[in-house]
Amino acid sequence: MDITVRILRYNPEKDDKPYFREYGIKDVSPDLRLLDVLHEIKWNQDGTLTFRRSCAHGICGSDGMKVNGKNRLACSVLLKDLNLKKPVVIEPLPSMPIIKDLVVDMSGFFSKYEVIKPYLITKTPPPPNSERLQSNEDAEKLFESAKCILCGCCTTSCPSTWSNENYIGPAAFLKAYRFAFDTRDEAGDERLDIIDNPDGVWRCHTIFNCIETCPKEINITWHISQLKKRISTREI
Amino acid sequence: MVKNYDVIIIGAGGAGLRAAVEIPKEYSCAVLSKVFPPRSHTGTAQGGVCAALGNMEDDSWENHAFDTVKGSDYLGDQDAIETMCKDAIRAVIELEHMGLPFSRNEDGKIAQRKFGGHTKPEDPNDPYGKRIPVMRACYSADRTGHVMLQTLYENCIKNKVDFYSEFFVTDLIVEDNVCKGVAAFDIATGEVTVFHAKAVMLATGGYGRVFRITSNAHVGTGDGTALVYRNGLPLEDMEFFQFHPTGLWRLGILVSEAARGEGGILKNKDGERFMQRYAPTVMDLAPRDMVSRAIISEIREGRGIKGSDGTDYVLLDVSHLGKKVIDEKLPEITGFARTYLGVEPTKEPIPIQPTAHYAMGGIPANVNCEVLADEKGNTVKGLYAAGECACVSVHGGNRLGTNSLLDIVVFGRRGGKAIGEFLKTAEHAEIKSKPEEKTKEKMKSVLDNTGTEKVYKLRTELQEWMMEKCGIFRNENDLKAMVDKLVELNERYKSISIEDKGTVFNTDLMEALELENLLANAEATVHGALNRKESRGAHTREDFPKRDDDNWMKHSFIFENGGSPEIKLKPVTVTKYKPMERKY
Repeated sequence: MDITVRILRYNPEKDDKPYFREYGIKDVSPDLRLLDVLHEIKWNQDGTLTFRRSCAHGICGSDGMKVNGKNRLACSVLLKDLNLKKPVVIEPLPSMPIIKDLVVDMSGFFSKYEVIKPYLITKTPPPPNSERLQSNEDAEKLFESAKCILCGCCTTSCPSTWSNENYIGPAAFLKAYRFAFDTRDEAGDERLDIIDNPDGVWRCHTIFNCIETCPKEINITWHISQLKKRISTREI
Repeated sequence: MVKNYDVIIIGAGGAGLRAAVEIPKEYSCAVLSKVFPPRSHTGTAQGGVCAALGNMEDDSWENHAFDTVKGSDYLGDQDAIETMCKDAIRAVIELEHMGLPFSRNEDGKIAQRKFGGHTKPEDPNDPYGKRIPVMRACYSADRTGHVMLQTLYENCIKNKVDFYSEFFVTDLIVEDNVCKGVAAFDIATGEVTVFHAKAVMLATGGYGRVFRITSNAHVGTGDGTALVYRNGLPLEDMEFFQFHPTGLWRLGILVSEAARGEGGILKNKDGERFMQRYAPTVMDLAPRDMVSRAIISEIREGRGIKGSDGTDYVLLDVSHLGKKVIDEKLPEITGFARTYLGVEPTKEPIPIQPTAHYAMGGIPANVNCEVLADEKGNTVKGLYAAGECACVSVHGGNRLGTNSLLDIVVFGRRGGKAIGEFLKTAEHAEIKSKPEEKTKEKMKSVLDNTGTEKVYKLRTELQEWMMEKCGIFRNENDLKAMVDKLVELNERYKSISIEDKGTVFNTDLMEALELENLLANAEATVHGALNRKESRGAHTREDFPKRDDDNWMKHSFIFENGGSPEIKLKPVTVTKYKPMERKY
């Protein structure tokens, strides 16, 4: 089948502002990934088209972009799952500065991730020659949050992010959950205090955009609600 | 621009990050990576990391070492293998201490499962008797690499490691056998920086992208191995490239050996469990080289299934494991089958075919990760290598599953420690050449080239030819044809032109430079393969079908030698494991 793709282009060395450019691709299989289509354009039509990608199967988190209005990973979207009667509209992830075409500046995203102390904090030394014990049930409580690939789809889909650049955002909260609910972690208030403020979890208004957009199908809002519960029930 | 650091680490996968954590705080250290650290290819590893913890059943590091030596088809250096397997237990416990969320057994200890080639003697009193599969792979569902990469990255943040993300390294500065740093450009701006350092560690990963069907990410272009090779330094055992038996048909996406570890079986078009003919004892859990050859043999003998793209596949069946096991232990890979092939693994088998997966060969290094300048054991001062880009050699002719995640944490740490020791007395050596100008010229020559060749076309030709001529089965005619093809491709590379002439985030330029690196890796691989006149591990010569221990228990050291590669040999280090026929 033949398809049309409309891509938001922007080259800071040439353009005053972003603009859409259309590309036609003939005779494509509906089984292709959207990333394959971007490669087809880059390699056969327009070498200047710029986007990030690496693993091409939804693990590295490089190719987050807005596809027909929704944040997706280009490598995890198959053409047959899109309405191909109309042009497929591809834009960079919203609310981050565009570096070029579909490449956005993610430094703000990563700095918020670092803010919540995304590492195990312990005070009790571990046993010297063996692992700390943890039940498999407790371990599995972490797995859904640990699936996060830091692609940025959730945080940039969140209206609270759009309206407040200081908002820590769902991806960082998910990571906060990952540690706060780890039976081995002893950070306690140290981490919770960071997210218990107006730019923290309370700015999550359960809009559920993050869940809808997450390419790893993580129920992010549920995890944030668990953090809220933990914070609101702690001793002051 | 010149920046001074005590140590520069190239690559932010498991090996690079583990090394970074280990560098003593009093030294300045920066990690350069062409992607953000959590994008690194370590994250795609699935099934597990190996250590004889004995959490599920009796096991010992000696069993692990025996298996690794045998799995390597007796090409691995046995002293290095012993070092790794012994240290594995400490290394995995350390990962747990760092915070890695492992799956757990009923006692709350790290859970372990079976994996290909991992065995123990059925009778503990008869170590050389019949061996049976053992649960040795420590895992976190089927996302072990992902959580390992995350954990190591998290520990780097905790340790305030300095990152230069999205920097592309163009030059390794080695003068008079002393490494003095690297040159790189910032992808976002095109600006060139010389990182002047006392020590450099290469942790740049593999080069699976030289093959058409590969599990490797697009970043897997062998940049570190190419830098070393182009510098006149040797690469070791490049002819040994592992094809993982179970890549998702058409796409090459990895379907972890954990699927078979949990009880999945391979079937041909007649529904026969064909591995029982090739490895009667361990069947589907035979090492990867054997299973990949078995699959291709089945296909060649007409028992494969023809896919819509003209390629053949066989089937991996996990449906009998039940939805609970599949959802809990293999969620990621069964998700891939659903997303990309529309196959429901709880009900139907998954179409698979071998996929280029892992470079056993690479930059020769000793157990302290010091890079070797020659086959005699002399080192390059200040240069280190760890992880897939390195060849210690612990994997020899064929790597066992789960030993790669082990390799990166064991040798990443050892490299970091060795660098810490080295820095106690090291100084910044004066750079005599002009690396900044050299890189600018290199970039300019690609940007200004008005030739008619295209990167995409050349790369595709390279990948298709390598798959066809230098894949699982090889012979002299094919390899000679590939040598000629590479001469042609290298010549045509001089006439490539790219469309993007800008300085900001020029991925067109990057792809061109990566192609140059792929060509270097391919050259070393093909010449190594042509030279090695035997079949061992992943290197199978149809014209020399037997392993030849009398002449070839030797590592190949290949030197670029100004365009006519030269190979020197180094004997394998043997401790106590005598070569025997490799049957499973």
